Amino acid sequence: MRAPSGSDVAAGEALLSLENVSLSFGGIKALRDVSFDIRKGEIRAIIGPNGAGKTSMLNVINGFYQPQEGRITFKGRKRTKMRPYEAARGGIARTFQNVALFRGMTALDNIMAGRTLKMHRGFIWQLLRFGPAVREEVRHRHRVEEIIDFLEIPQIRKTPVGRLPYGLQKRVELGRALAMEPDLLLLDEPMAGMNLEEKEDMSRFIIDVNETFGTTIALIEHDMGVVMDLSDRVVVLEYGRKIADGTPDVVKHDRRVIDAYLGVAH
Amino acid sequence: MLISALRIEGWPLDLIYKIFLDPFAQMAAAPDLLVQTLWEGLVGGVLYALIALGFVLIFKASGVFNFAQGIMVVFAALTLVGLHERGVPAFLALAITIGVMFVLAFAVERLVLRPLVNQPDIILFMATFGLTYFLIGLGELVFGGDPKIMITNDLYLPKGAIDIKMLGGFVSLQKIDIAAAIIASLMVAFLAVFFQKTRIGRALRAVADSHQAALSVGISLEQIWVIVWFAAGVVALATGIMWGARSDVSFALQIIALKALPVLILGGLTSIPGAVVGGIVIGVGEKLGEFYWGPLIGSGIESWFAYVIALVFLLFRPQGLFGERIIERV
Repeated sequence: MRAPSGSDVAAGEALLSLENVSLSFGGIKALRDVSFDIRKGEIRAIIGPNGAGKTSMLNVINGFYQPQEGRITFKGRKRTKMRPYEAARGGIARTFQNVALFRGMTALDNIMAGRTLKMHRGFIWQLLRFGPAVREEVRHRHRVEEIIDFLEIPQIRKTPVGRLPYGLQKRVELGRALAMEPDLLLLDEPMAGMNLEEKEDMSRFIIDVNETFGTTIALIEHDMGVVMDLSDRVVVLEYGRKIADGTPDVVKHDRRVIDAYLGVAH
Repeated sequence: MLISALRIEGWPLDLIYKIFLDPFAQMAAAPDLLVQTLWEGLVGGVLYALIALGFVLIFKASGVFNFAQGIMVVFAALTLVGLHERGVPAFLALAITIGVMFVLAFAVERLVLRPLVNQPDIILFMATFGLTYFLIGLGELVFGGDPKIMITNDLYLPKGAIDIKMLGGFVSLQKIDIAAAIIASLMVAFLAVFFQKTRIGRALRAVADSHQAALSVGISLEQIWVIVWFAAGVVALATGIMWGARSDVSFALQIIALKALPVLILGGLTSIPGAVVGGIVIGVGEKLGEFYWGPLIGSGIESWFAYVIALVFLLFRPQGLFGERIIERV
């Protein structure tokens, strides 16, 4: 894997920023006038009570949802909405809250699918399975094997993912996202439903990805211990509004955040 | 016969004999006839398999049960013959027909699938009914409703038969049937490798499993749908040529496409090898049934015997021979 160099955004500058984004479904306002940015190279956590709009936020970033208002600037390009294909092409990869893998395929094929956009040989070459197409397949397979080693899952390479336990499915899903060699990695509750040991493994992978490959990471997580340990900056949402934004220490002591999580005394 | 002369009180021995013994005695007595029957079943089965393959392709990638597959077979064959009738050279007509199937795939994606994305499966299924009647109308309007003769000669498809002397008799193989078997095998092998080993094949399977996840890795659903519908269109054209060469090209052909349903039940909706094996089992099964057991009830069982086989399968193996076993985590 390479260190991401695809963008001309310097470390520490905003890789992605949202300005005044609002998103509603009929009468339900999922996001109201939210602005925040993700700096290149950081681990950015998005937290908030259930229904605060965290997943909607990720969906806006990778183009599953298109906000009614606001602007999204990614790698210096301003736009009013993303499209999933554009996002993937631009280097945004993601995982899902409820694990969205290709169930019928092996772990290896799932991760290979992450390389779809990196493979360019045309239809005809692939049909013939000849020359350049085979060489390309071999080259990408090599990369994928590196990812499999990195995530310590060589033993399940050929197992259909539907049969894997939940924790390993999450790891394969991370592998598929890493195979895209993303500049920005979105993780939607990467540790949900995991035991302590699995959580520690996953935390280690997230830190390694961030440090070794310099990948910028935005993650949603409910485990506050994990969030405070991992992240450089935290944004807090409640009922679709941003109520706090800053380093873990600042956010932890913010009055509104404490109220949102513990309730206000009347 | 000795056994039929025996009678035990209350046992319809005669019937048991006719069902369980006599057909096999006949097979042993005239092995050349048996081989001939098996061969005809095999060829019919290969063509069922081709039709089923069209269904499987589309079902695998988009989860849509495409009722219009049968009419696509007729429409493709009709376009080919119709163009030739109007003076287009055979191979140019073939190329244009392939082009027409591509335009059809593109139009289906744009006008049918895209507006209905994320709708329940039954809605998409109904939409393919609509597509069926649209294609019937369009075909009749442009090329007329009369049966046409397939342009076998102009496409350099072989005709005539080979007689092989074996087992004390003759077995007659139609050359067109041999060609059909070869072409079908090649197409199946090709598609199986393509699905298993290439980037686009992987993307097709990915889309079949999860639209959301496929989008997130940058797979374009639109592009995949056009590819599968086009592939199904080409398979339909090949099927149309082969069926057309055996009978003629008419709208009645689409009824035969319904035979693909028992094939799919047997083979599983998502399996390419399943479509092939299912097709052959149905084809051979119904020919043997017709020839050896048919006379018992006055023949004509070929038209429904396939459904009986499928029904028996549903009882014991609802996922089909090669279908994916659905295991739900609770």
